[in-house]
Amino acid sequence: MNKPVVGLIAGAVLGAIDGATAWFTPAVRSEMTTILMGSSVKGMAVGIICGFLARKVHSTAAGLAAGAGFGLLFAYLVALMPEPDGTHYYLQIMVPGFVLGALIGFLTQKMGTAPAKA
Amino acid sequence: MSFLPDRALDHLRDVAETPDFSETRYQVEEEIGRGGMGIVYRAWDAQLERRVAVKVMNAGYAINREAKLLAQLEHPGIAPVYDAGALPDGRCYYAMRLIQGRRLDEFLRAEPALPARLRLFEKICEAVAFAHNRGVIHCDLKPQNIMVGEFGEVFVVDWGVARALDGAPAPPAGTPPYMAPEQSGGGADARTDVFALGRILRDLMPDPPPRPLAAIAQKASARDAAARFANVQQLAADVGRFLDGQPVAAYRDTVPERLARFGRQNQVLLLLLGTYLAVKLFLYFLAPALK
Repeated sequence: MNKPVVGLIAGAVLGAIDGATAWFTPAVRSEMTTILMGSSVKGMAVGIICGFLARKVHSTAAGLAAGAGFGLLFAYLVALMPEPDGTHYYLQIMVPGFVLGALIGFLTQKMGTAPAKA
Repeated sequence: MSFLPDRALDHLRDVAETPDFSETRYQVEEEIGRGGMGIVYRAWDAQLERRVAVKVMNAGYAINREAKLLAQLEHPGIAPVYDAGALPDGRCYYAMRLIQGRRLDEFLRAEPALPARLRLFEKICEAVAFAHNRGVIHCDLKPQNIMVGEFGEVFVVDWGVARALDGAPAPPAGTPPYMAPEQSGGGADARTDVFALGRILRDLMPDPPPRPLAAIAQKASARDAAARFANVQQLAADVGRFLDGQPVAAYRDTVPERLARFGRQNQVLLLLLGTYLAVKLFLYFLAPALK
């Protein structure tokens, strides 16, 4: 399995799990479907970027940094969108997004195969 | 009663024992080893202008069997034979590479770390496995017969009692405690060397040894040959797995040991998952209070 695919799958699964934890926040429980989809897409986007990076750069530290950085960036973009009552969940979305991004970046470095150098 | 002083007697004994190399290209410098089959000298090869080791077989070993056997074993872990011949007194000799280094037992006194010792052991196994592949079993593996070079290279030496894998039973040979039980009856096969390697592995281990490593050594040096590793490659592979932090074939891990291994091998992953869970718990329980 190549690294972008690993990133895509890891991002989708971890993103979905992260989104599912929103169920513990009663205020947003009515929007679980949107949250699950948004969180999965966010994870997949981070995963693909980290996967392509992992093909070029073989470094756990670089994977962690890129994953955390892109995770934070995409989480920020998601958090910019307010809830129907106008509330922004910056902390609740960005902090886990940062850690989850690092996790995806790490997984893309450790798993999957990079193309052989010519 | 002697009419000569002891020093004179010693000198005469030395002169009588020192082989006459005058008709060869070698100039003997000093004795560097002595075994049941012969004496090894450091010598100067006047023709190629280099130092070599020359082994002079004891009288009675008419055929230079050891040299012929060694010549078949071209491997980085086995000293190459350069030349062979006979001395004027009829004794056979052969010249081989002079190994600059220490015997394994001397090397171990420097107390290198366990991974370094085990990597050395793997190299020993490679050389022995190569010999087995060529149909030769050493039959006298012991730390004294393994040399470690200046750069960590390993040489298995003294193939004096080596024999063919498919050969007939031979007189008992070997050195206790590295001698397999079946050797006392004249029998030997590849597992005979596995036994000796198991004993050598025991010498390499710290006290107390890691349980998986102790199990490998125990399996390799089992009294019943059928209970040992079937060949040297299997033994080396298990040691390699131990070095890589993988489960070994000779030892069944307990659940806590498996968990500990998983933890050691996945430290970053577990740290990230732990951080994620901590963040989630923090946000769930404490964030509302911060509002």
